[in-house]
Amino acid sequence: MDENLAYFFYDLVTYLLNGLTQGSIYALIALGYTMVYGIIKLINFAHGEFYMIGAFIGFFAITSGVPFLVALPLAMLGAGLLAVIVEKIVYRPIRDAGRIPALITALGTSLFFQYFGQQTIGADPKAFPQAIAVKTYQFGEIYISNIQLIIFGSTIILMCFLWWLVGYTKTGKAMRATSFDKNAAELMGINTDKIISFTFFVGAAFAGAAGVLVGLYYNTVEPMMGLIPGLKAFVAAVLGGIGIIPGAVLGGLVLGVAENLVVGFWVSTYRDAIAFGILIVILLFKPAGILGTNRKEKV
Amino acid sequence: MSDPLLHVKDMHVHYGAIHAIHGIDLKVFEGEIVTILGSNGAGKTTTLHSISGLIPISSGEILFDGKPLHKLPAHQIVSSGVAQSPEGRMVFPDLTIKENLEMGAYLRTDEEGIEEDLRYMFSLFPRLEERQKQLAGTLSGGEQQMLAIARAYMAAPKLLLLDEPSLGIAPILVQAIFDAIVEINKKKKMTILLVEQNAFAALKIAHRGYVLMTGEITMQGEAKELITNDEIKKAYLGH
Repeated sequence: MDENLAYFFYDLVTYLLNGLTQGSIYALIALGYTMVYGIIKLINFAHGEFYMIGAFIGFFAITSGVPFLVALPLAMLGAGLLAVIVEKIVYRPIRDAGRIPALITALGTSLFFQYFGQQTIGADPKAFPQAIAVKTYQFGEIYISNIQLIIFGSTIILMCFLWWLVGYTKTGKAMRATSFDKNAAELMGINTDKIISFTFFVGAAFAGAAGVLVGLYYNTVEPMMGLIPGLKAFVAAVLGGIGIIPGAVLGGLVLGVAENLVVGFWVSTYRDAIAFGILIVILLFKPAGILGTNRKEKV
Repeated sequence: MSDPLLHVKDMHVHYGAIHAIHGIDLKVFEGEIVTILGSNGAGKTTTLHSISGLIPISSGEILFDGKPLHKLPAHQIVSSGVAQSPEGRMVFPDLTIKENLEMGAYLRTDEEGIEEDLRYMFSLFPRLEERQKQLAGTLSGGEQQMLAIARAYMAAPKLLLLDEPSLGIAPILVQAIFDAIVEINKKKKMTILLVEQNAFAALKIAHRGYVLMTGEITMQGEAKELITNDEIKKAYLGH
């Protein structure tokens, strides 16, 4: 094989693997965006902060000696419970006030957590402890780390869990019923407030998991870390079709891969430009998203 | 006569500044089919939504089995024994027919009873059984109406509220749906409150009826008397 071509191929596969890793993180965050949107039509701009809080719970847990496999579910639980509280005291009282007040409230909630975090924990980045020793596997000139494999594995397990939850459990069916019409769901005897709480819990738990995984991957956490990934995950959710669960996964992976190809083959400073460029293009040409059609599968 | 199963007493309902229901009284006794007739905007759906707890009442009382319903959230009214097949059917389009029926039985835990009721609904509406794995969004309007009624029945209510089951449905299916309503009432002794614009079809199967006009009850009585009443004939039966 031509040597240049071979190196191009090695580079391509490496960028794809990095892209899929990044994309898995976006997908995990985007799922919560899309689920919350599906059920109450709220763009929860505070969603990135649940990711940040998950990362910090993981940081404090691992720093104080909790093993990674306990820290991860702990961060999910913590982020999830916080989302339930936020939904109850912040979003529920204004649920019927219209979409613009809800959107502004979400932005305010996001800022609150960012600056509350800076006040209490400090604005400087903290080094995320090396909970798992990094091992790198080599296949020819292609490298993949055990951390990347852990991110893929965790993402796949969580997505299978969500697929089962939404598709096959009574609660999942109630979530789909509520997302279609809250009143119609109430007429079945479904306590829709509980279902909405539960949806926030699951969405934020996934974001919390993403936070811990990112801590492990990039080895740093800080209170503003939710801002850009939160926006990127929003782009991913819109790209796949907001409200559509498989769309969030697809959007996250496409975005992660696109970013890493641009960074690898072109200029690394275009990383954010490509993400928001994709948002503009999708809104211009297919505003319903890749998987969006007239009849959406929503949650 | 014994106490009514459902007793609406001097109920007023407001939508913002609009006074939609002006103090109505309704009684439904156990085993009856009672119909509320009236044209568009008379307040029929508002009345059913208030009974189901989807719209708060401004004053008055709704008693069910002697207990007040109007202070409960909608999902608890279902557990008290009142289920509704809403206007426009509102079947869950992304759920299969079977899953829609499971949602109807959401609060029940008696697996055997659920299974038995499911078989009964499938015998009453064989089309639903044939298509049980299809998404409800793929059904025709008439089939969706059958599903909406069956879904409400699956809650095993003491009182079944049906909002305009004939609306936008092919005439041949209207007959099948009304036959099914009569059968549920006769065989299962289920009490039914039926809201209809199709006055003739409703009065043919009801025991008693109320006429609702701009939020007030203007007439009430035995169905067989109302069906021969000249005013009703003029206003609703097109004679």
